[in-house]
Amino acid sequence: MPEVETRGIAKHFGEVKAVDGVDIVSSEEEFLVLLGPSGCGKTTLLRMIAGLEDPSSGDILIGGHVVTHLPPRARGIAMVFQSYALYPHMTIYKNIAFPLKAMGMPKDDRDKKVDWSATMLGIEHLLQRKPRELSGGERQRVALARALVREPNVFLLDEPLSNLDAKLRTSAREELYRFQKEVSITTIYVTHDQVEAMGMGDRIAVMNAGKVRQLGKPDEVYTEPADTFVAGFLGSPPMNLVETQDRIVGFRPECFLPRQMHEGSSDVISLPFEVKRVENLGADRLVYGRLGELFNHAAVIANLPTSFTNYTVETNQSYDFVVPRNDVKFFNIKTGLRAEPIPL
Amino acid sequence: MDTEVKTVESTFQSRNQHLSFFLDNATVLGVLMIAPAVIYILALVGYPLVLAFIYSFSDITIGSSHFSFVGLENIQMLIRDFDFKTALYNTIYFTAVSMIIVLVLAKILALILLKDFKGKFIIRTLILMPYVAPISLGVIGWLWMLDSIYSPINWLLQHTRLFGPDFWPMWLGKPKLAMSAIITVHVWRMLPLATVIMLAGLTSIPQDIQDAALVDGAGYFRRLFQITIPMMLPIMLVAVLFGIVFTATDIIIILVLTRGGPYGSTQVLVSKAFYTGIDAGDLATGAATALFLFPLLAAVAIFMLRIARRAEIA
Repeated sequence: MPEVETRGIAKHFGEVKAVDGVDIVSSEEEFLVLLGPSGCGKTTLLRMIAGLEDPSSGDILIGGHVVTHLPPRARGIAMVFQSYALYPHMTIYKNIAFPLKAMGMPKDDRDKKVDWSATMLGIEHLLQRKPRELSGGERQRVALARALVREPNVFLLDEPLSNLDAKLRTSAREELYRFQKEVSITTIYVTHDQVEAMGMGDRIAVMNAGKVRQLGKPDEVYTEPADTFVAGFLGSPPMNLVETQDRIVGFRPECFLPRQMHEGSSDVISLPFEVKRVENLGADRLVYGRLGELFNHAAVIANLPTSFTNYTVETNQSYDFVVPRNDVKFFNIKTGLRAEPIPL
Repeated sequence: MDTEVKTVESTFQSRNQHLSFFLDNATVLGVLMIAPAVIYILALVGYPLVLAFIYSFSDITIGSSHFSFVGLENIQMLIRDFDFKTALYNTIYFTAVSMIIVLVLAKILALILLKDFKGKFIIRTLILMPYVAPISLGVIGWLWMLDSIYSPINWLLQHTRLFGPDFWPMWLGKPKLAMSAIITVHVWRMLPLATVIMLAGLTSIPQDIQDAALVDGAGYFRRLFQITIPMMLPIMLVAVLFGIVFTATDIIIILVLTRGGPYGSTQVLVSKAFYTGIDAGDLATGAATALFLFPLLAAVAIFMLRIARRAEIA
């Protein structure tokens, strides 16, 4: 399956730069996630790849061919929308057959194709129903079946799980991931949900203010954030960012633990921690508090696994917390980009 | 402290006793709120309608106090009457042709107005103008424009050489031209509202659905006929229903432009009912003429509403 490439793609709405010069190359059969807060331009970027939005400048290539000015139907793409965008007046069968009809496929072939794609997604029994008679999860499968049915070169998915309830979302995520691996179609997936991004993406492009801040494998983006935005966006709670000298120092809450939990590892930085509040979330305990003099008493969070039971924290007490030196990241205080470490 | 608490309590109690009985009781308040509308409809629509039904089965006239029931005699007489048949045919022709033209034009206009372009505001204002202007004034304007001697339309067409020097159509004086003229004026009058309704229908279709159809490879006409129009169907049906009932029961354009002429070629049932019942004083025949289409229009209304319900959108 061909790769998708954007070259300096930009979209300006008057003064607003929704997408501001994005260069991305997806590799073949890859599951690429565009992740960012709302308004970061990820959906606009996806719509430009789909051909639903004309870019202000730049080019889009699919399988090495420039498709910038081709209409959506000539790009060999299929898209699943956040609302699923099923045609409400048509049966599920007609919904799935619609792209084939538009291609002018004869009825016999069309029937076979619809059956194949409906079976693939386990919705054969729903073909004679109308979209309003289906549950959210079933609608999502229909939308996927309609996208799959003409065997596109590229799948574009715009937050397809955001309309499902939390429980269903977990199983749908798993299914969607397996489905993509099974059909091996290059997929670009837009979401603001980092759990989806980390769980499904082969690579993640973290976007903010119309730009891609970092593109990399999920663990890479998580552990080695390219700038303070990525560091602060990923993780729940996000990376602690505190200022010292001419650097911003970042460390993950789950690396910021009592000294006892890092026993054995010698190369740690000691940070006195005054606890202000403890939040028990079941699997984790979030400990809110302040650092010492060196960091101007900056507010930080520590994330203690509840399984670590023999350690009690009391509010308004100071504790000896440490962070492994490897887990401390340094950022330039002006640009927010990664910088050389300084001794602490 | 104690006294304060008491005053607060007593205020609550007094409110409870008096006002709140009406304000909190949905049955009482509901009846109170809807009563003016119901009384209005009963007095100004219901009562005359019942009266008209009674008249249509009687021999009542303006000039005498005699009143007796004659059963279906009025209707039987009408069915045999040549002028009545012409008026019935004219009503159906006038309604059908003007509705089709209004629907097509309104749909095109709505599609144009959906797009963003320079001067959209001015165009939209101009299109809405006929709806805002008092209709009798508007039609008097048309009367002048279609005048047999001073018609500026003819003058313009002759001076732009679209009409030959000897060609000067009498718009309101020839049967076929007169029918075309009243259809044109009626379309001019109905178009704004129909366009606004269509526009509302168009904007109610989610952008995602249009986008999905684009990505699915549907061309313009496939999207128009398989997505847009089917999804607009309920609202279009409301517009058509309104249009049919309105067109079949309206009189003002004919009254001002042709008075049913020439030779009854633009006489419709309502205008005929007016001339027979009010001008000529034969209340019974007038009422029977006016009510002749009532069962048909009621059937149209019920039929349209049923389709609209079936075509509901999730």
